[in-house]
Amino acid sequence: MVQDSDSGSRPRRDYLRIEGVTRRFDDTLAVDGVSLAIAEREIFALLGSSGCGKTTLLRMLAGLEAPDAGRIVLDGEDLAAVPAYRRPTNMMFQSYALFPHLTVEQNVAFGLWQERPRLARAEVAARVAAMLELVQMQRYARRKPHELSGGQQQRVALARSLAKEPKLLLLDEPLAALDKKIRQRTQLELVNLIERVGVTCILVTHDQEEAMTMAGRIGVMNEGRLLQVGTPGEIYETPNCRFTAEFVGETNLFRGRVDGGALHCEDFPAPILLPADADPDDGGEAWLSVRPERVALSRAGAAPAGAGCNAAVGEVAEIAYLGSHSVYHVRLANGRIVIASVASAQWRDAAPPTWGDAVRVAWFAPDGVVLTR
Amino acid sequence: MKRARCFLLRGHFWVGLLPWAWMLLFFALPFALILKVSLSTPELAVPPYVSPFVLEPGAALPHFRPDLASYRRLHDELRALGLAGADLQYLAAWGGSLLLAALTTLLCLVIGYPFAYHIARSREAARNTLLMLVMLPFWTSFLLRVYAWMSLLDSSELGLINRLLLAAGLVDAPLQLLYNRGAVLVGMVYSYLPFMVLPLYANLVKLDQRLLEAAADLGAQPWMTFLRVTLPLSRRGIVAGAMLVFIPAVGEFVIPDLLGGGDVLMIGRKIWDDFGPNQDWPMAAAVAVTMVLVLIVPIALLHRHGRANGNGAQR
Amino acid sequence: MSARARAGATAWLVVVYAFLYLPILCLVVFSFTAGEITTELDGLSLRWYAELLRDEELIAAVLLSLRVGAFAASAAVIVGSAAAFVLARCGRYPGSAAFAGMTTAPMVMPEVVIGLSLVLLFTHPVFAFLGGRGVAAIWAAHTTLCTAYVTVLVQSRLREMDRALEEAALDLGCAPLKVFFVITVPVIAPALVAGWLLAFTLSMDDFVLAAMLSDPGSTTLPVLVFARLHHGLKPEINALATVIVAVVSLAVVIANRLMLSAQKKRMAAARHAAGISPAGRSAVTLRDPDNRSEWIAHP
Repeated sequence: MVQDSDSGSRPRRDYLRIEGVTRRFDDTLAVDGVSLAIAEREIFALLGSSGCGKTTLLRMLAGLEAPDAGRIVLDGEDLAAVPAYRRPTNMMFQSYALFPHLTVEQNVAFGLWQERPRLARAEVAARVAAMLELVQMQRYARRKPHELSGGQQQRVALARSLAKEPKLLLLDEPLAALDKKIRQRTQLELVNLIERVGVTCILVTHDQEEAMTMAGRIGVMNEGRLLQVGTPGEIYETPNCRFTAEFVGETNLFRGRVDGGALHCEDFPAPILLPADADPDDGGEAWLSVRPERVALSRAGAAPAGAGCNAAVGEVAEIAYLGSHSVYHVRLANGRIVIASVASAQWRDAAPPTWGDAVRVAWFAPDGVVLTR
Repeated sequence: MKRARCFLLRGHFWVGLLPWAWMLLFFALPFALILKVSLSTPELAVPPYVSPFVLEPGAALPHFRPDLASYRRLHDELRALGLAGADLQYLAAWGGSLLLAALTTLLCLVIGYPFAYHIARSREAARNTLLMLVMLPFWTSFLLRVYAWMSLLDSSELGLINRLLLAAGLVDAPLQLLYNRGAVLVGMVYSYLPFMVLPLYANLVKLDQRLLEAAADLGAQPWMTFLRVTLPLSRRGIVAGAMLVFIPAVGEFVIPDLLGGGDVLMIGRKIWDDFGPNQDWPMAAAVAVTMVLVLIVPIALLHRHGRANGNGAQR
Repeated sequence: MSARARAGATAWLVVVYAFLYLPILCLVVFSFTAGEITTELDGLSLRWYAELLRDEELIAAVLLSLRVGAFAASAAVIVGSAAAFVLARCGRYPGSAAFAGMTTAPMVMPEVVIGLSLVLLFTHPVFAFLGGRGVAAIWAAHTTLCTAYVTVLVQSRLREMDRALEEAALDLGCAPLKVFFVITVPVIAPALVAGWLLAFTLSMDDFVLAAMLSDPGSTTLPVLVFARLHHGLKPEINALATVIVAVVSLAVVIANRLMLSAQKKRMAAARHAAGISPAGRSAVTLRDPDNRSEWIAHP
């Protein structure tokens, strides 16, 4: 969500440049040659499972870890020689790391106390008050952190990391410590707040929903490597590798050999038609990813699908009814399970198929995504 | 960043320097001296021994001439074991110490386990007070608590227990309660009980009540639940408590000195006597070396189980 | 638990507490005797307390013990915190295992052995510059012993502490050394206080080390009491014991009150802010804030 409305100048596209950054712990590569450019006032999410290196990358941006190789340039300044306590970055920690012996306002003021030359008392007080107002925590200024709820602690932590007006705000799993209900509400609150302040922000999360809700662009990481960078739509609809396809959302993956524009797959009764724009090498190994909501489900007796469709018949093995939609696991004759997500509205006229019913699964060739790695 | 790391490393070095230097000077070096003195010859001098490192005229480095007499004496007693009329004072002292320490540990466990268990199972509000009451005697003077037993066990008709017994007509003459092994055992159990109760409590209070309910749900009788669930799960607490009692009990000197008669030989007392009245420092040092060697096994046990017990408390 | 089992549990608690407290109670009761015998209440009086106040030798010993205790506890907190910091933060380095062993070993070694080893050090001609036996030697010995306890206490507190607190301070622009004093020390302060108090009581109570390292001019309270116990019992000792028990009980009760009220406040706050888990504090630490059971549970 690149903003350029409230300020006249266009945000710079490579406000933060990460160039070939590598970090090794003992004999594992935690971060492996990551390069990335982030625009001013962008909200960017690093998405990956635990241990994929996303937090290490964030800590290198904060200066809490040193890269073994590569450069980090923020607003034209190489951060390599700048220690954590002099960097124009501030981080919100996963545990919030609120100082237990300080009150809420002292926590928020802590970063301002460190400014050199010293800030006037009145200025610190004014900025703390403004920050607390921003996160609507004025009422709790004199409380100690342990007297706050998780959501309140999160807001104080945010106020503390914004108080110094950092050039780069780093959020480490910002909402992981909250209950699911509060989390969903807080996601949008947080985005609104960050956009209002207009700070460039990198957040790290393992929760794809959080990344997609909050960030303008997402970088998917696995085993220390940055696999794909794109908007949430691009990441979900056109993954560039199997990891992204499977990590972000659910998918049906078919593995086979490409021959004459079709994928010959042992799991599927017929050669699978590929989207026309896909251009894999003939004879090479490839995967096809089909999202469950792209798979149509009908009773086996109904009229067969038209041309340009991949279809197969099987029986219903599992049904998970989720209200707005149901997830069907359909077992084909050869044992392969195909997952179809069917909107509840589809069964307005007829009873939905149930366990053991013979059904047909089908999808249009252009709805698949061909993956070669 | 590189500079910051260097600074931190340097900082750590300076922080570590003080404790390293202190422990080398006041712990490691003194232990090396014990080893050295145990290989020396006693002599009437200040200090009362002759170093085994002899600097001969003309030699650049001193010669090492250990005097093994102290160890030989212990060895001779071992060899004379079973012979009639042999002088086995050190071996007897060792035996007495180990026996008393083992008995103390056992009694502390028997008294302390149900005690700690019931504290851990009492109402949460009461636990704090109950635990504090266990700690309280521990924070008051150790010597005075032993003294309390001196007046309780006094063997004349003035001793408190004897007065009770005489008044109740249970005995005709005062019993010889003080200055024997029994008195020492009572005093040791009394003094060391908190050492057993606290680690056991720390362990038992973490015991998940739901496990006991699960065992009951699966049809186990209460005693079976105790044997198969509670006891195995508290093993670490038992080992930690037992070692915390056993190790200091082996070296105990004050309690046998105050409550035990002249015939209650204990190895801690032997060291004290050799060091004090007998002025045989090499012998005292040699006995101390054997004591450290004997106690290495329980100390290692304590280290392994105690550590795990403590870590469990944080989980 | 059945009613019978509950009654049995209560009975056992009563019996063991009686075992722990009756001897102390006897000491207290007979301290108020007017007679000369320590096991007879021959009229009530405060005679022996007056005697206590007139006993200059004893008062000197008490003052010396207080002084040695305070100095040893302070030194032990400094050395022990440094050791704990190294153990908790420096990871493995050549000699780290030896260091860990050395710092905690005094806790598990019989005191006679430690005492003997230190006597050998202080009487060794090469180390004459340490001043030989005397008050300084007792102070050094107590510091060494207490350092072990302080190290364990502070180390467990440091390990429990969220490292992110220090990183957050760095991130907010605080230089490393300042982080230590502004964040780390306040956060581990309860352990430092508990360590000081523990070290102080250990030093006040120690007889073996003090006796082995004392010279005629350095009689601490336990050394004096031990000598008096060998000379024959006088109700004066009962009076002394009563005073000590009173002081310690008062201190413990006050400490417990403070701790409980802090805990209540915390619980109320937690209830107020429903549905939260404040970072990194186990139930055990809440009940036992100075880790009293912990230091004894894992040396």
